[in-house]
Amino acid sequence: MRYLDKTVVGLSIVFVALVFADFFMAEWMRFIGLQSLARGAVALGLLVLWRTGLVSFGHALYFGFGAYAAAMLTLIGYHDAFLLVFAGTLSAGVLAFFLGFLLRRYRAIFFALLNMAFSMILYGVIVKTEELGSTDGFSVLTPTFLGYAPEGEAVQTTLFLFTLCFTYIITVGVHLYMKTTLGSMSMAVRENEIRVEYLGYSAEKVIHVKYVFSGLVAGFGGAIMALAVGQVDPDSMANWNVSGEFVFITILSGIGNVGATFIGAFVFELIRTYAFEYAPQIWQFILGGSLLAIIMFLPDGIWSLFSRFRKSEG
Amino acid sequence: MQELIVILVDGLVFSSYLFMVAVGLTVIFGVMKILNVTHGSFYAFGAYMSATLIGAYYETDWPEFGGFLAIFAAALIIGVFFGIVLERGLLRFLYHRDEHIIVLATFAMFLVLEDVLMMIWGTDPYYAYEPMALLGIVDIAELTFDVYSLTLIGLAAIVGLGLWLGLTKTKWGKLLLAVIFDREISQAMGINVTVVFTVTFVIGAIMGALGGAYIAPTISVSPGIGVEVIVLAFAVVVIGGMGSIPGAMIGAVLVGVSRAAAVHKFPEIELFVIYAIMALVLAIRPEGLFAPAQARKI
Repeated sequence: MRYLDKTVVGLSIVFVALVFADFFMAEWMRFIGLQSLARGAVALGLLVLWRTGLVSFGHALYFGFGAYAAAMLTLIGYHDAFLLVFAGTLSAGVLAFFLGFLLRRYRAIFFALLNMAFSMILYGVIVKTEELGSTDGFSVLTPTFLGYAPEGEAVQTTLFLFTLCFTYIITVGVHLYMKTTLGSMSMAVRENEIRVEYLGYSAEKVIHVKYVFSGLVAGFGGAIMALAVGQVDPDSMANWNVSGEFVFITILSGIGNVGATFIGAFVFELIRTYAFEYAPQIWQFILGGSLLAIIMFLPDGIWSLFSRFRKSEG
Repeated sequence: MQELIVILVDGLVFSSYLFMVAVGLTVIFGVMKILNVTHGSFYAFGAYMSATLIGAYYETDWPEFGGFLAIFAAALIIGVFFGIVLERGLLRFLYHRDEHIIVLATFAMFLVLEDVLMMIWGTDPYYAYEPMALLGIVDIAELTFDVYSLTLIGLAAIVGLGLWLGLTKTKWGKLLLAVIFDREISQAMGINVTVVFTVTFVIGAIMGALGGAYIAPTISVSPGIGVEVIVLAFAVVVIGGMGSIPGAMIGAVLVGVSRAAAVHKFPEIELFVIYAIMALVLAIRPEGLFAPAQARKI
């Protein structure tokens, strides 16, 4: 019998469980779930970059770009979720492809900050564009799903199912990709780029591929977020602190496992939602405090709790 | 012609402002290799402290010009306090960690301090216009400018020159340069790197606070002023080359004048012209205009 990959099995079980849970979940729970999946997707892209040794402080660029691309299509009369999410994902991917030619030459803090510069350019453009509602943004109408037009609570249920399916495919895909030769090059590039080049691979090409991928999933996350919230606006989609939150999620999750990314995103969303609801005066305090606590006491992220547990068992 | 003068003067005032906030960031990065997001908080706290002290000062009937002392006192208090607390209390535990993790830690601290600020001063805006009113206005080429903003140019020049002289001409500056060049060797040569780090961080923090404290009389001091300043300062520092003081000056002038030109000529691109310049400079010189050359390690 073929060896079954533990992570794939785990992801599949969680996937099936969530599909069933979708029909019983409370509405607020599903909303948090949707947001976690959207942000988790972006963090997944950052995880791929991080394994290559690169951190981006500007992925709100692709998140916002995907969200606005999807939202703008609804303005001209397209409402199909498949089309909107596909368009959001693809447009962000194309943008990442072109910017990638420049960005793949940068490392460390310069990579992080150049990304931030580009994301702030998008932010500036959106804020100054009256047609797109400037700082207020504009609302996105309820999507349809291949002709099926759900109403009431069914909208979120369908959207959650839709998001879940795609996120599952992407996550398993990323996990399997990491095991291929090109995927394993990540660590090699991080450890020593020059030796990678001597072995006959192009480090820049490796980075470019990862970068385009991270752009695609960030665009996907943005498009999902636009549909889930029913609203796009620059401050919660494209500003620099949004990028900071994505890196926050990556740190929270650790880069050990693709599944951990979504756990991290979920925990982040819970902290944010509850802090904002019960302590609106100090929600940033709580958010920053938990980030500091993670950095100081759990340097490998939430996932290290699981692996520590397993080690003590074995 | 008149428009050109407006752009130039506005641009220079804005450049000086940018330089004031960017120079602290670049000093800290140059010595400690830390990109300090908390710099935005130093700026904001400086501004609030200065507004409070100025308000308190003009309640008394001491000589009017003493109000300027309140500004510098505010910067010193905030800078020394936060500089020591943050460096000794947080950063020193993180020096061995990845540079991105340190940025994230300062980002977390920034979020925490944003709320601390609101706990102390509330959400209402503060005004401290007295020092600005005191200096009055002046006409240049039939245009009216307020003198206080123009003094900002002088202050920036003094700060820049002072730091540069201190770094290149004094014994302390030379120790600092040694640490910048090679931390481990300087330690082996008997330089107390721990003290150098703390002092550098405090100086950087004072610079950030002074930027906020000096600008306070010209703005309404309200929540959120730290957020925009930090990305602006990043852009300036990156353009000039991280860790370079002349670089920060050139970067500030470049950004300040182009932004002033954009505000007057093409208001719709005003917001992103700064980042466009940053992207352009980095595309041509990947490490910024004045970054020192790095040996590549195999």
